[in-house]
Amino acid sequence: MQSIAGSKSSLTWAVHISVVVMVVLWLIPTVGLFVSSFRTADQISTSGWWASLFPAEQNVVARAADPDEHRVADGSTFIVSGNLFDGEDKTISAWGTSSRAIDTYVAGDIADLGDGETITVQANGDYEWRGNDEQIAGRGQRVFATVTAPPEFTFANYDKMLFDESNVEGMAKAFFNTLTVTIPATIIPIVIAAFAAYALAWMDFPGRALLIACVVGLLVVPLQLALIPLLKLHLGIGIGKGYLGIWLAHTGFGLPLAIYLLRNYMVGLPRDIIENAKVDSATDFQIFVKIILPLSFPALASFAIFQFLWTWNDLLVAKVFLIDATGQTTVMTNQITDLLGTRGGNWEILATAAFISIAVPLAVFFAMQRYLVRGILAGSVK
Amino acid sequence: MHPALLGLVTIIIGVGACIGYFYFSNLFLDKVLFPGKGPNAGRNINRANQVRPWLFLAPAAFALGLYLGYPVIETLRLSLTDRSQDGAFVGFANYQQMLAEPKFWEAMRNNLLWLIVVPAASTAFGLLAAQLTDRIAWGNVAKSLVFMPMAISFVGASVIFKLIYDTRPEDKAQIGLLNAIWVQFEGGAMSVLFLQVLPIAIVVIFAALVAYAGYIIFRPALAGGSGISVLAARTASAALALYLIWLSLGSILGIATAELPYGEPKAWLTVPFFNNFFLMVVLIWIQTGFAMVILSAALRGIPEDTIEAAIIDGANPLQIFFKIKVPQIIPTITVVWTTITLVVLKVFDIVFAMTNGQWQTQVLANYMFDKLFRANDWGVGSASAIVIMILVSPILAWNVWNARKEMS
Repeated sequence: MQSIAGSKSSLTWAVHISVVVMVVLWLIPTVGLFVSSFRTADQISTSGWWASLFPAEQNVVARAADPDEHRVADGSTFIVSGNLFDGEDKTISAWGTSSRAIDTYVAGDIADLGDGETITVQANGDYEWRGNDEQIAGRGQRVFATVTAPPEFTFANYDKMLFDESNVEGMAKAFFNTLTVTIPATIIPIVIAAFAAYALAWMDFPGRALLIACVVGLLVVPLQLALIPLLKLHLGIGIGKGYLGIWLAHTGFGLPLAIYLLRNYMVGLPRDIIENAKVDSATDFQIFVKIILPLSFPALASFAIFQFLWTWNDLLVAKVFLIDATGQTTVMTNQITDLLGTRGGNWEILATAAFISIAVPLAVFFAMQRYLVRGILAGSVK
Repeated sequence: MHPALLGLVTIIIGVGACIGYFYFSNLFLDKVLFPGKGPNAGRNINRANQVRPWLFLAPAAFALGLYLGYPVIETLRLSLTDRSQDGAFVGFANYQQMLAEPKFWEAMRNNLLWLIVVPAASTAFGLLAAQLTDRIAWGNVAKSLVFMPMAISFVGASVIFKLIYDTRPEDKAQIGLLNAIWVQFEGGAMSVLFLQVLPIAIVVIFAALVAYAGYIIFRPALAGGSGISVLAARTASAALALYLIWLSLGSILGIATAELPYGEPKAWLTVPFFNNFFLMVVLIWIQTGFAMVILSAALRGIPEDTIEAAIIDGANPLQIFFKIKVPQIIPTITVVWTTITLVVLKVFDIVFAMTNGQWQTQVLANYMFDKLFRANDWGVGSASAIVIMILVSPILAWNVWNARKEMS
């Protein structure tokens, strides 16, 4: 028994460790982008984002204040004192007074600059520079220091990408456009699909099985096939490229899944309720609105999340049906791909833009995960 | 009008019109067309009930027909015509032109790689994650974190991974995670172990699995006695398996003899052939959570007594997993596999955003987009869309067949 118990607990440990490894592997990419969006362009290009999470050691050059203005007489000597970092929270581990020997002294040492001229630097950057009238003149003494600086983050990127009106690359407009696309494109298919799903679930008519089979078949038809014919159609009937076109397109492409999910859910509702209502002479319309719809809320929520994520994250449909040559109606995914082309190396812009577009779906995901999981389980064709 | 306001108005008009349509058409049916009173009340109610389903279905049927049904036919027609000749019928000229293009075959080869690697890796990782997180206290938290990339757009994920693959000149600090790790290797024993022995082992295991699967599929053909179409399908699968094994052997040789440029940062997305895998990682990262959610539910649905019986018979955890659990969830694994296959066939955003098909990373969906909207060649573009449709259609048929079986 002892050995079995022992192997069990070591196995449990192995499981815990593997899960930790997997979760870390799956999180690291997103975290990298998230952290980068809070760093300045300079920070991003000089060190990896992982380095910014820890206090960083860096070499800096600082200069004592201008002696002509700041020196204070102390008998025959003059003193200039102050802080090398203007009070920034940095810690000096080693320092020197020449670029060839930047780590001659440790914090608190007194450096002899010759002929009685001295300078001393404390760990927090406080310095005191002493010498005679000639020595304490001209420019301030240079100090080379190895410092440890705490992690430093900024909201400036978000400020620039979201709230700066003059920034033509800003995401604020694209954000609104995406929202404008998403909300009608989520709600309209739900309404249409709910009625159809009710008919397919609870009404008897010839050809019902065939229609259901059609819906299942259309679930997998690649929307690539629809691009050209529908664009031709939209241009032909005068809708052109615009919001109306993309709402209709998203409605059409979302319907098969909507009908499929809702029908499967409605079929599972208890027959008694519906028959009792019929006996009480309720019409189909009343049954649907007053009984079926409220009971189907979980399935409606599942599909709503699916459709929301899909329309929010979509690039292809927006490129074909919405975005015209003026680019006034660009959505966030499209703006990000444009930025990837023009600002390939400016990670502070890319990371921030990407995170602005990711933030809303992530919030929806964590808030409504339960419904999403339920929808996925019901939606995968068994 | 401000677009947001326009959106709001559209929601109100759209939803109002839908509900109004359903309400008034029902009212019209019951009160005007077939009133449920008077001399023919009974017959009228019956008639109304025969018409009503079609009222409920009409908008959906119209939208489905127009937005998914009609395009299939129209794309097929377009693929047989030439736009520059005013839509004249040109037979299979577009297909011939497409088949003569090396870029098309590059896309086909890459799509084949995607089709094999992404579903396999996502399902395997998903199964692993589902099994591991099933019995630990913080399993649900772990699951939701692995599941999270599902909410991230392909474009967002592309940016995320472009940062990982980023390259800086040799004398600068590497800000891409992959290069930062890569420049740590300097050619010692650990480098050989991690960068040559380990990859070779993975490829060997892959080749062995393919060989085994090919053998299982082809074996009944040796015995004979089946129809010609079945035989052809089996032979085709075996040929595909041989091709994959050939590719694997080639890459083993490549890895073994490669002079790795240690210490030199690489531009990962420009390395031909291997860059495909760097793109696939993005989709695997996204789809693993999906596979995990479904497989985890399936694993929980396995009857406890089969597992208890195995434990009593002295099976170890690995045996329980591979011999008791996996065989019972094979149908679910198939569902996950086919669903991810569908996603792979339509993958467009990742390639578009990361390489746009350069450096030999083209895939069908992006090839099509290229033809349609950059070359403005609707004929060849439609032809490649039809190729995607043909690749999807076995899954379509299988899904419909399953759904019908379930209903009857």
